[in-house]
Amino acid sequence: MSKLKTITRRTFLISSAAIAGGVAFGVYQDRKTPPNPLTAPTGGAALNPFVLIDQNGVTLIAPRAEMGQGIRTTLAALVAEELDVAWDDITVLHGPAAQAYYNGAAIAAGLPFKDYSITEFQHGMGQNLDFVAKMVSLQITGGSTSIRDGYEKMRHAGASAREALKQVAAERLGVDRATLSTENSHVIATDGTKIPYGDLAVAAAKIKAPQTGLRDAATWKYLGKSMPRVDMVAKSTGTARFGIDTRVDGMKFAALRINPRLGGKMIGFNATEAEKMTGVDRVIDLGNGVAVVGSNTWLAQQAVDAIDITWGDAPYPADMAGILAKVNSALDDSPNSTLRNEGDADDLPAGTTEIRADYTVPYLAHSTMEPMNATAHFTGDRLEIWCGNQAPVLTRDKCAEIAGLGPSAVSVHTTFMGGGFGRRVEIDYSIYATKVAVAMQGTPVQLTWSRQEDMRHDFYRPAAAARFRGAVKDGRAVLMDGKIAAQSTTREVPARLMGLPAAGPDKGHVEGAYDQPYAIPNYRITGHLAEVGVPIGFWRAVGNSFNGFFHETFIDELAHAAARDPLEFRLEMMRDEHAPSATTLETVRDMSDWTGKTPDGIGRGVAFTYSFGTPVAQVIEVQQTDDGIAITRAWIACDVGVILDPSIIEAQMFGGMIYGLSAAVHGEITFADCAVEQSNFPDYDALRMHNAPAVEVQILASNAHIGGVGEPGTPPAMPALGNALFDLTGKRARSLPLMHDFDLLT
Amino acid sequence: MSTPLTINGQSYTVDLPGDVPLLWVLRDAVGLTGTKYGCGVGSCGACTVHINGEAVRSCQTALEDVDGDITTIEGIGTPDALSKLQTAWVTHQVAQCGYCQSGQIMQAAALLAENPAPNDADIDDAMQGNLCRCGTYPRIRAAIHTAAADMREG
Ligand code: FES
Ligand code: FES
Repeated sequence: MSKLKTITRRTFLISSAAIAGGVAFGVYQDRKTPPNPLTAPTGGAALNPFVLIDQNGVTLIAPRAEMGQGIRTTLAALVAEELDVAWDDITVLHGPAAQAYYNGAAIAAGLPFKDYSITEFQHGMGQNLDFVAKMVSLQITGGSTSIRDGYEKMRHAGASAREALKQVAAERLGVDRATLSTENSHVIATDGTKIPYGDLAVAAAKIKAPQTGLRDAATWKYLGKSMPRVDMVAKSTGTARFGIDTRVDGMKFAALRINPRLGGKMIGFNATEAEKMTGVDRVIDLGNGVAVVGSNTWLAQQAVDAIDITWGDAPYPADMAGILAKVNSALDDSPNSTLRNEGDADDLPAGTTEIRADYTVPYLAHSTMEPMNATAHFTGDRLEIWCGNQAPVLTRDKCAEIAGLGPSAVSVHTTFMGGGFGRRVEIDYSIYATKVAVAMQGTPVQLTWSRQEDMRHDFYRPAAAARFRGAVKDGRAVLMDGKIAAQSTTREVPARLMGLPAAGPDKGHVEGAYDQPYAIPNYRITGHLAEVGVPIGFWRAVGNSFNGFFHETFIDELAHAAARDPLEFRLEMMRDEHAPSATTLETVRDMSDWTGKTPDGIGRGVAFTYSFGTPVAQVIEVQQTDDGIAITRAWIACDVGVILDPSIIEAQMFGGMIYGLSAAVHGEITFADCAVEQSNFPDYDALRMHNAPAVEVQILASNAHIGGVGEPGTPPAMPALGNALFDLTGKRARSLPLMHDFDLLT
Repeated sequence: MSTPLTINGQSYTVDLPGDVPLLWVLRDAVGLTGTKYGCGVGSCGACTVHINGEAVRSCQTALEDVDGDITTIEGIGTPDALSKLQTAWVTHQVAQCGYCQSGQIMQAAALLAENPAPNDADIDDAMQGNLCRCGTYPRIRAAIHTAAADMREG
């Protein structure tokens, strides 16, 4: 089969899966612009779904949810760059749930191409898939796609609004539009006449915006610079409103307990004691759990804990032995995918010795700092929901179903999120809040999960197992053959949330392993899907979060077998394959003064992962101290293609790395009697001030396309730490978390 | 049970059982939502407030045990009148999701009140009870050093 046919077939499989839920619209509808969901403020106007102007100033809609990644700031900067608004005069809102805010890049990211070797043809194909996202109203924040989706779209929104404002001014002044300029929310004529945008907006919204190009990057005022984040003052003064801070007149507070055997039913409960407790208004049957509504969250928590409940069984094995047996046995099943298959990976190259290693990683919780919560108010014919979420359209539609309403009778207010990391793509907490609100018709209720409920009712990063074999010759890798088994996040989540069937090779399952820029003559990666039944979800970096560990630990093992410096070993195989990736490695080498040698008591490890369009190389340094092994220093080099906001990119890189290191050191969710054993930070801890490394970040911009930044910092952290521990102790880290096998400072 | 409280210099009376943690008094009864719930067991620091100037975990302090004036994040400074510590937080662009930051700032404020020139080890000791899932630690450290220097200059 020719290459083109292969690509077409795979693309078809993916797009048909993706649009199965909404294909009825037909493609012709793609040519229609989605309706503008904004209502014009009095005396003002919505020029397009992203720009609202009235006499008080300019409000920009950043339709991706702010969970810490700084997206409101950068999306606003993209619009403002073209619109010529003073930074301090901008208000940024999330906006409503609406088709206009679809995320085209989230679908394009599903194409089974290695990003580093993507052709212009393939890149264009991804952009054509934009219509798929529009059809299914895919308003999602995830997959590090927000900027890749908004990079041109948001600038066009600013540019077209600017030209419409100029057009109206031109007609009023009787001059040619081309003679006008714009600055600080004013249109300025050559004679110095200034008209504020607020005076032009209503008329500008009525005309068809003139077509215009985008400004050259060399002229950028905001983009490319570290802008003061629009949420920074609020988040430094306790005035930022998270979902949990929603306060509505007359509201009540609720707590819940859901079956700890995930997916199991509730057989019965006795709430006699709970109903008598102080501050309790109502006990509500949720089907698979109970909620208590009262005057105070803590009083409701006490009451819900006092309910005697009989739980049904879960649809998966009761303990880790049973669960991991299912994951491991998938390694022997025929593969779902062989997305990389170069040379001959079956036979051992002549004159080499086979190197083998098996790896395992556990289930992980997202453990966002703000526990799951949502506030809902049901009046009989309308439902209002306030919550932090990564998928407002989905939230609206599912909650409408629960409340027996049409989607247009539901408003979703997307608040700041106290962390997302993929957890808030889910809608379970909004559904429970809706059920409570329906039972409490007329009274707004805030339903807050205890930390224990949050940790024990997550959609977990799946446990994964890998089996690698390889060989080295003359100082280079000549064979790399990896098998990876886990539950499939990219299949199970869309099926569970949207009823979308999936077919074909599952790219998300092997990303971080099949798509790495190494030239190895015999190179094969196969993905094996395990059926287990534990609820799983998107966890920061998804498949890359485990594949990065497997792949980069094995590369290190090969380097060791070849008696080579692990950084130079990688670099040699990368230079011919992908220059920007090689440059990130060289950069991290220079930043860390890497010599390949470390004094006694100090160890260093390097790792590299290309994910979400961004190559990232990290060096981690560990040191033996009297209190255990400390992670003392870290260096990160990344290549994001186009640098929009250096401070935000730096924060995402080191934040993503620390999230990965936390998982590598501490993260582990285990099951006993079908229930999660961990319940709070004392048994699911993370790095803290005293054991997080000092870090330096360098950001490069030579890659062909703009890359994501929210997730790519996470995958290389785990193998870099493991490789550093090998350098220090001589013991190879083949399973996570590392706290079991290494005496780490915790 | 009616309990008088002084919070950020203002008097309040709350009508709740004495065993309700101060955290939930502040958030659900008084309506001061800047103080956050993270774990409820004293292991994350998101709920940190000051009682008589000392940093305490409000999720571990029962209403009946409150024995002094309370300061919450809302009493440290406001968007229009930032404290020096908050200014340093903004200068270093510390917050990501921001959810832990009220607690971080309250803990750091107590540290600086006691030790105007903390070194890295002092910061490690004082701040390790405050979890940040976004991993903002490098910038928290830098902001504390900057604030300490600014406050010493007066
Ligand atoms: S909520 Fe009080 S320490 Fe975590
Ligand atoms: S900024 Fe998100 S938890 Fe600290």
